[in-house]
Amino acid sequence: MAFNSFKKLLFGFAFSPSLKANVFEVTRLASFLEGSLIFVHVGEKTAEKEAHFRAILKECPDQPKNIELHWKTGKPVETLIELCQSFNIDLLLLGALKREKMLKYYLGSIARQLTRKAPCSVLLMLNPSVVRRPCKHIVVNGFESPQTQDTIEAAFEMGQALHAEKLTLVEEISESRVAVAVNDDRSLRKATLRKEKINREEKMRVQDIVKKIPASKQKGLNWTTQSIFGRRGYSIGHYARVIRADLLVMNAQEKSSFFNRFFPKDLEHILAELPTDVLIVQSHLHD
Amino acid sequence: MTKKAGVSDSIKALPQNMFSGFVVSLIALPLGLGLAIASEAPPLAGIIAAVVGGIVVSLFGGSHVTIAGPGNGLVIVLLASITTLGEGNLFEGYLFTLAAIILSGVLLFLFGVLRLGNLSEFFPATALQGMLAAIGIGILAKQFHVMLGIRSVKGSTLDLLQAIPDSILNFVAFHPFSGVLGFLSLVFLFLYSRIRNPYFHLIPAPMWVVVGSIGIGYYYNLVLNQQTPIDPDLLIKIPDELFSNLPRPNFSKWNDSSFWGVVFSITIIANIESLLSIKAVDKLDPKKRRSNVNKDLRALGLASVVSGFLGGLNVVTVIARSSVNVNNGGNNRSSNFFHAAFLILFVVFLGDQIQRIPLTVLAAILVYTGYRLASPENLFRVHKIGPEQSIIFIVTLFVTLYSSLITGIFIGILFTFFVHLVLSKNFFLFSLNIFKPNVLMYLEEQSGNYYVSVKNFCSFLNFFRLKNKLDQISESQHAIMDFSLCEFVDHTVMEGLHEYQRSFVRKGGILEIIGLDIHAAETQHPFAVRKTLPIPMLLGLKGSLTNRQKELDAFSKQLDWTYTAEIDNAPEGLDSFLFFDSKTINYRNNIMQNSNGSFSLFDLSFSEGAFITKEDLKATFLLFKSEKKLPVFVLDKEDLRTTLYHWAGFNDINFDQYPDFSRRFHLSGPESNAIRKLFTPDLIYFFESHPVFHIESNGTEILIKGKDRLSSIQEIKLMLAFSKDLSMHLTLAQKN
Repeated sequence: MAFNSFKKLLFGFAFSPSLKANVFEVTRLASFLEGSLIFVHVGEKTAEKEAHFRAILKECPDQPKNIELHWKTGKPVETLIELCQSFNIDLLLLGALKREKMLKYYLGSIARQLTRKAPCSVLLMLNPSVVRRPCKHIVVNGFESPQTQDTIEAAFEMGQALHAEKLTLVEEISESRVAVAVNDDRSLRKATLRKEKINREEKMRVQDIVKKIPASKQKGLNWTTQSIFGRRGYSIGHYARVIRADLLVMNAQEKSSFFNRFFPKDLEHILAELPTDVLIVQSHLHD
Repeated sequence: MTKKAGVSDSIKALPQNMFSGFVVSLIALPLGLGLAIASEAPPLAGIIAAVVGGIVVSLFGGSHVTIAGPGNGLVIVLLASITTLGEGNLFEGYLFTLAAIILSGVLLFLFGVLRLGNLSEFFPATALQGMLAAIGIGILAKQFHVMLGIRSVKGSTLDLLQAIPDSILNFVAFHPFSGVLGFLSLVFLFLYSRIRNPYFHLIPAPMWVVVGSIGIGYYYNLVLNQQTPIDPDLLIKIPDELFSNLPRPNFSKWNDSSFWGVVFSITIIANIESLLSIKAVDKLDPKKRRSNVNKDLRALGLASVVSGFLGGLNVVTVIARSSVNVNNGGNNRSSNFFHAAFLILFVVFLGDQIQRIPLTVLAAILVYTGYRLASPENLFRVHKIGPEQSIIFIVTLFVTLYSSLITGIFIGILFTFFVHLVLSKNFFLFSLNIFKPNVLMYLEEQSGNYYVSVKNFCSFLNFFRLKNKLDQISESQHAIMDFSLCEFVDHTVMEGLHEYQRSFVRKGGILEIIGLDIHAAETQHPFAVRKTLPIPMLLGLKGSLTNRQKELDAFSKQLDWTYTAEIDNAPEGLDSFLFFDSKTINYRNNIMQNSNGSFSLFDLSFSEGAFITKEDLKATFLLFKSEKKLPVFVLDKEDLRTTLYHWAGFNDINFDQYPDFSRRFHLSGPESNAIRKLFTPDLIYFFESHPVFHIESNGTEILIKGKDRLSSIQEIKLMLAFSKDLSMHLTLAQKN
């Protein structure tokens, strides 16, 4: 299998009011995943800062087996990416910001750049909290893409580690595939039939992917599928919000090209308006 | 249904459509002539548009029961075009306008090809209403003078309005006879819907007026042997050679910006008027079909091109004539064709009579049309939805009157958006999200229901996205529309969704709207603007009960029934009765119900027809559940109307052994054998010996309609006793 389990986690932290919640959250996650955790602060190291951080770390109820703390100087984005490569990190953890009043989350510019450039998978956390909020429902994309196999497997693994109850595989299907414009009753009937057919095909495809995942990884998880006809990358985010999912698992962006910058694709809609915690899975198929 | 069965059904329905096409042609003739004259085009230009529209759209169109022809909305644009492009020379202006009509037809055709049929969906509902009211005032202001026989008043709409008192005072000095005739015609048009005689209503009001005025002319000529006291200037003139010298459209202004302004105005107004009409007529279609809007636009475009080359006005879908079509049993496109065919016959064989129609009478029809467009009632209705809506309405109305239609609607859009900003106090909500997709629609795999969620905001600016998704759901399904993630919903959307809900109900589906509880609205109106910000609710005063309501309340107590005077805006279950197939149910109130809900009595407000042929009616109905399953049937008094329908191919189940019953009652329904079995001698004797009501069965319930007005308390008692007996006899009849 090409998919690497999340065993080495990296969290780049800053001294913000939410530091405590963040540290509690990531240590908890690392211990659930039974992985090692590396904390990195890009900035000057002072005794005072270190003491503050150590004090918080000590309070955490869940202690992963292996914790490292690094202090680096330089540009945050480049430094963290370099570290991800040199430590061979599996999962980069990032906190998102909350827009005051509007009840919407967004990514800071550093987190956004990291999400795009990271060589490994990325987890964007919206609501870090000191007390655990259980992760009940995971939504994962079922795009037709070579990366999807890994993404779905990662979702199952996360689901098991976090004791989720339910996993929904969402196939977003472009409406252009229906190729029937709805004008009147007759074309509506035709379009509906065609959608049902595409729906069945997509379901088969996704079920085939799940079949390839070892049964041990599926234990304890209920999974269902849901097809949505709509704009790719948009519908799944909206869907995750509607059903109040606790984690959304997505493929990493395929190789960024010149055009992608002007025509935001799949992930961009989700990054612009984070519906919930988002896990972006970097597949190592291409390596 | 197989294709073959569809074809044979259409052929069977031909006589019936020929009949409705005939009735439509009766109203299309005066309207066609009048609209052309109001545009300062030759009178026949309107008839040519109707004939070409009827033929081309019935052959190539995508709707089923619509009628195409010259439209009201365009009168103002065409009038401005003919007077300004010709620089004083009306005939020259007419030739330039023909060229503009042809080009706008090409544009309309392209709209259809590029599937831009939803262009008009970007206009806020209230601004559109304001624009239509301005058109109405424009028509009314101009034609009021002509109605009184004065053709010399000129100027802008506002000048014309100001001159109305003058004309009223002075018309006696010009053409008193024609003026009085015009004025009486107007009075008649206003009173027409008050007269509830079915024979009288066989002929549309405009045709009565025209026939009446021709009759008066003949009376003077033949009986009194005098010249008709109508100035020849105030009579219609038709050229002797109809088709030998066709006007030649003049394209020489193609590089003039004002010419292209006319082309775009015509295209946009034609598009709006057609789309609004098509959508409204779909709601009246007894067969509940969905029209192919883009295909219809292509046909209308093509028809406008042909009509323009033949010297006719441009062709749009017209609501009043379409509703007359539906009300008279039209159920496929052939009625549109027949209406055109009858118009040709009229012009060829009755040319002499048409030339006897006084212009003042046609002007009266137009004044009435203008009044219906600009009726103050529209403003009150809009005001009930919210005070901000009436401001939008008035701003659009005045800007349109002072400038042009296009400026008016453009300002209306901007102003509506400005009002939304003020209401939501959140510019970023709109600016950040306007270009983003905001609608999610999927079929829930567990429940089989459609789920639609909208986030951020939903207003006229992005309603097309929601419509696009809703159009993909068949109306016979169950759909849930969730607004809980949406912070602002405007009136255009609320009203649009109400239309969707109605078509879902008509076709047996459900469209549930949820998630609006956290939104505050300024009024209790169902279409009011909603936003998540809380605002103080306005307290409405509860009206006290009328005498009749008090009596109903007392009567309910006597029977131990429940009674409520409150208005129920969405009565359920009535759509399944054939009676409401081509009618619109508005609301019901004064609802009385027995303890187990098997009998209920209520006043219902419903409308028949649309626009100038619209009639709002109120009647008392009684509904009761049958103990066993019944065949679907309609039983009504046999009269001239039902006899005519019988000739036109509607079935009537008659019993040879009961000639009295067969003569007095009109009975119809799809399963005639089951009906014959149900109508036992006992039941027939029951009907023969009791007062006649309109009675319908939808399979499980019986609906009894009282008079064509609200029933008095005595009548209600009679109805109730009748229904109790009927219920008993029906149970007996089923036992046998």
